[in-house]
Amino acid sequence: MNSVLTQLQPSAPHQNRLEEQDELDRTDAASWGSMAGFGNLDRTGGVQGMSIPRVSDPTSFLDMHTDNMSSNPDAKIKIAHGTTTLAFKFQGGVIVAVDSRATAGSYVASGTVKKVIEINKFLLGTMAGGAADCQYWETYLGMQCRLYELRNKERISVAAASKILSNIVYQYKGMGLSMGTMVCGWDKTGPCIFYVDSDGQRLKGDLFSVGSGSTFAYGVLDQGYRWDLTDEEAQELGRRSIIAAGHRDAYSGNTCNLYHVKENGWDFIGNYDVNELWYEYEGKKKAERESQNAAAAAGASPMAVEP
Amino acid sequence: MECAFGITGKDYVLLCSDMAAGRSIIRMKSDENKIKALGPHLAMAYGGEPGDTNNFAEYVERNMRLYHIRNHYPLLPASASAWIRRTLAESIRSRNPYAVNLLLAGYDTTTSKPHLYWIDYLGTKAVVPYAAHGMGVYVSLSTMDKWWFNDMNKREGVEVLKKCIDEVQKRITVHFNFNCILIDKDGIHNINIDSQDPLAELESESKAASGDIVVDAPNSPLDVGVTA
Repeated sequence: MNSVLTQLQPSAPHQNRLEEQDELDRTDAASWGSMAGFGNLDRTGGVQGMSIPRVSDPTSFLDMHTDNMSSNPDAKIKIAHGTTTLAFKFQGGVIVAVDSRATAGSYVASGTVKKVIEINKFLLGTMAGGAADCQYWETYLGMQCRLYELRNKERISVAAASKILSNIVYQYKGMGLSMGTMVCGWDKTGPCIFYVDSDGQRLKGDLFSVGSGSTFAYGVLDQGYRWDLTDEEAQELGRRSIIAAGHRDAYSGNTCNLYHVKENGWDFIGNYDVNELWYEYEGKKKAERESQNAAAAAGASPMAVEP
Repeated sequence: MECAFGITGKDYVLLCSDMAAGRSIIRMKSDENKIKALGPHLAMAYGGEPGDTNNFAEYVERNMRLYHIRNHYPLLPASASAWIRRTLAESIRSRNPYAVNLLLAGYDTTTSKPHLYWIDYLGTKAVVPYAAHGMGVYVSLSTMDKWWFNDMNKREGVEVLKKCIDEVQKRITVHFNFNCILIDKDGIHNINIDSQDPLAELESESKAASGDIVVDAPNSPLDVGVTA
């Protein structure tokens, strides 16, 4: 078994050879087999020997070759950035809305990305920053939440789930992780949103927007937000905010995915084309304006007759 | 972009911190509590690198709690300040240092004296009668120099604090909401600094409690202001 493991885990040069051997001895075949489907996790679910660049200083290596830490924007490896995601609590639960564009530098790499990660029936995670980082760690969070459920015979709270994630990313602070995520869900305390980012910051709140288009989304969201929004109004507000950001932010767009979290889990509401909806909104605005003007003109005409 | 104040008086100490949290130019939250209770008569206001701040504050909180559980009495402010300073001094010499600045305020129940410590991420500790961290340094230190005097009563202390907050809100371009506590012989009290008379609630409380023997529950759950 050890020989297979040795093949699977190339040695990191900075690591002590003896320590490494000890580590291998502790890992038994059963744990490897059961976890083989997901990276390199040990029996307890902890991460072991995650692959890192085999150079003396992996952090500065990544800094040199990716645009992630912004010290070198011209780097060859462009990490997928640029997003608009939002989530807010209201009387009827939580609305989660995201766009679906993935960019690498100025190149639109995909227009059909799922930026909402379905952690389980009651938990959603959003994806902003490095797509790979978010996808990997939020899937991993899903495993931890399931293990919690099996161990404790009850569902994990949103607060606890988000803290697992923030503790993980805090361990990797300064090593190049890039994520800004909202962990949303419904637990014993009701609807809940936590913002977690790669700085290790974790905030509880009613309304968040994350990503390069977040400023544009905030502009629509803040102005239309009330606690007592109806379900339909809230869904429309989430959708409208993403459309606004998708229109203004070059790094966001294509389509909008909308979710609604209620007491018995989340519902996927739909996928909407940003451009189509934008021009639909524009058309409606114009038509409304015209009918208003017509009404004003009709109302004003008796005034015009007056001497 | 943060701001914290501490002011000592005759038999109390005031601690005040802004409640903003966000990323670069965006404020994502304006009711984040950045004052942590560390014991029945000890609290700190913290700021600095996002992520580090909360992690360090929780680390300190748990260690203070552990000391209390092991010894059945809490660490006194002077000893707590020494422990925190040393932790930061060791941290700055490590591979992954905490970038956290803090104001530590406490009431020493053995000598009945208030204590205030100014501590920064480099491991500097200063014992001070009044102090500020962040934006407050630029405009409000002089306010405190002018209006602060020895052995102020609670009302006078709150007046000075109000002047400081007023100055920050007048001269600093960023708008802050403030969260405020007062520590005296009875423990930690929340204070609504925006109200007309911040001390009214506290005084009516203590009037109602006078006559009763105050039993200091050693492990009472402590939480200040809005919690995350």
